[in-house]
Amino acid sequence: MQIARFLFYPIFVLLGSVRRQRLLQVGLAIVVAHILMAFICGPTGNKDDPYGLTRWIPPYNPTKSYPEIPRLAPPSAAHWMGTDHLQRDVFSRVISGGWAPIVVAFSSIAISLTIGSILGWISGFAGGLLDRVLSLSMDAIYSFPSMILAIALVAVMQPGLVPMIMAIAVVYIPTYFRVTRAEVLQIREQTFVEAAHAVGAPWWRVLLRHIAPNTVNAIMAVSSFNIADAILTEAAMSFLGYGLPPPAPDWGFDIQNGQRFLQSGYWWLITFPGLMILSLSLGFGLIGEGISDLVNPKRRRKKVG
Amino acid sequence: MALLEVKGLTVSYPVAVGLSAFISRRFLVAVDRVSFSLPEGRTLALVGESGCGKSSTGLAVLGLLEHVGGEVLFRGKDVLRLRGKALKEFRRRAQIVFQDPYESLNPKMKVRAIVGEPLRIHGIRGDEGRLRRALDLAGLSPPDYFLEKYPHELSGGERQRVAIAAALILDPELLVLDEPVSNLDVSIKAGIMNLLRDLQEELKLSYLFITHDLADSFFLSHEVAVMYLGVTVEQGETEEVLLHPVHPYTKALLSVAPGSGREKVILSGDVPDPLHPPPGCRFHPRCPAAEKRCVEAPPGEVELSPGHSVRCVKAESPREEP
Repeated sequence: MQIARFLFYPIFVLLGSVRRQRLLQVGLAIVVAHILMAFICGPTGNKDDPYGLTRWIPPYNPTKSYPEIPRLAPPSAAHWMGTDHLQRDVFSRVISGGWAPIVVAFSSIAISLTIGSILGWISGFAGGLLDRVLSLSMDAIYSFPSMILAIALVAVMQPGLVPMIMAIAVVYIPTYFRVTRAEVLQIREQTFVEAAHAVGAPWWRVLLRHIAPNTVNAIMAVSSFNIADAILTEAAMSFLGYGLPPPAPDWGFDIQNGQRFLQSGYWWLITFPGLMILSLSLGFGLIGEGISDLVNPKRRRKKVG
Repeated sequence: MALLEVKGLTVSYPVAVGLSAFISRRFLVAVDRVSFSLPEGRTLALVGESGCGKSSTGLAVLGLLEHVGGEVLFRGKDVLRLRGKALKEFRRRAQIVFQDPYESLNPKMKVRAIVGEPLRIHGIRGDEGRLRRALDLAGLSPPDYFLEKYPHELSGGERQRVAIAAALILDPELLVLDEPVSNLDVSIKAGIMNLLRDLQEELKLSYLFITHDLADSFFLSHEVAVMYLGVTVEQGETEEVLLHPVHPYTKALLSVAPGSGREKVILSGDVPDPLHPPPGCRFHPRCPAAEKRCVEAPPGEVELSPGHSVRCVKAESPREEP
């Protein structure tokens, strides 16, 4: 009993702060639902049933054209989100296509967070020439439109999951660099850092133990917004054909396929993947709002309700 | 031999204004040839208005600043030239307590980590007993109650006691107290002042006590040095200086201290821009007794009685020569 209380204490604290945050609640619910869906309906590696943990979910193989499925049929009881021009079930493609944005967004943000904040710590702490050089190179990356830079990077490699993760990671490194560096510049002027120097702490200890932990809040607040952004970037890249190779289900790619038929009135091809992208990035955006309210009490006070 | 001997200490800060930083570096001289000595087990108070260079002196004595000239002899060795192991050894023996206990404690660390950090930096084991003793010394008892707390859970006075405990844990000989009570309420301040006095007696500590409050220096210090715009204008035994001040600046400071019973001397104007200090005596633009000769050359240091010296032309010769 005692051990259980000890183990679950952090979770209770988190839930306690979540309870007061409506935005965080809604965001978490949306994101958890998406992650569950991605897990249940994602790829399995099984040749006969490549997607979904069970035979029934998703109802059809999302990559396969079925002769018995009508072409471009509107939503019905048999096909909840209609069918596409290749006689595939849109519902199956939509629920199986969720894993790619989530995996890409999480991995790329993890990479750029790590690299960006380490560079930011070093740059802000070292100052001088190193700081100038790093800041200027980060600004150079930042000054590119992010989509164009990501596409250029993927084009150098082969389109696919890993190149997409790498490209998006590079695009977001400057964001973390800037946030972390700004925090370090502010924190290193505080007296507890001076105090650490005065006791004789070596520079790496001052950085890792006294400065870095105090930048974590700001990094966390930025990450959630960034994941929301990265999901849109992933969708845009696969829309342009730099995503997963077809016929793998991927929302951005499905929208690209569907938009050719939009003028003929086949709205369901783009509406449902579009709504999924919207809700997933909305979910992360809400979490971001919630976290920055938690982290920054001054902002919280301004909020009504 | 004095524990700490400061000779001609000069501290300057580079001033970078826009493009001029690329062309030439200008320096603001915050501390100008300050000398004093601090015997073992005694307290020297550095007194002055904000911006007079007293905090810079404290930091420079600990070797924490760049662009420092002169000599800081700690047990005969020049702190400014210490490197590597010798410097680390000095860092163990000289500690600092800062003014603002809301800024001087790492908000992400518990009291246990904050007070134990110096031990870990110096690779000293067996910390539990020392931790408790340090907290006890700083008047934080029972230690167990405080060890697992974060700074934000403590009051200002308790935070300052944590800072003192962290400064004491390595058994230092010299403590630089950089306005340790200026940010505290009066009632809490009295407690900390008493604590500092008791600690000095118990541990034979030497204090370099930086303050803007003459009453504090009277309470805690044996000797006092009054600073104005980077220069010591008067220094000597505390009672001698504070009861029989000679320099007009010391007199003015004393006159406005509550309960001094003196006629108030209200200084006009502000402290001049330290980038462009006035010629001659630095105090002459605000001095109620300024004369023509004050502008011409900076006054030399005059020893009035053993240990009591002052920097004022009036002390050199009372009247202006015709």
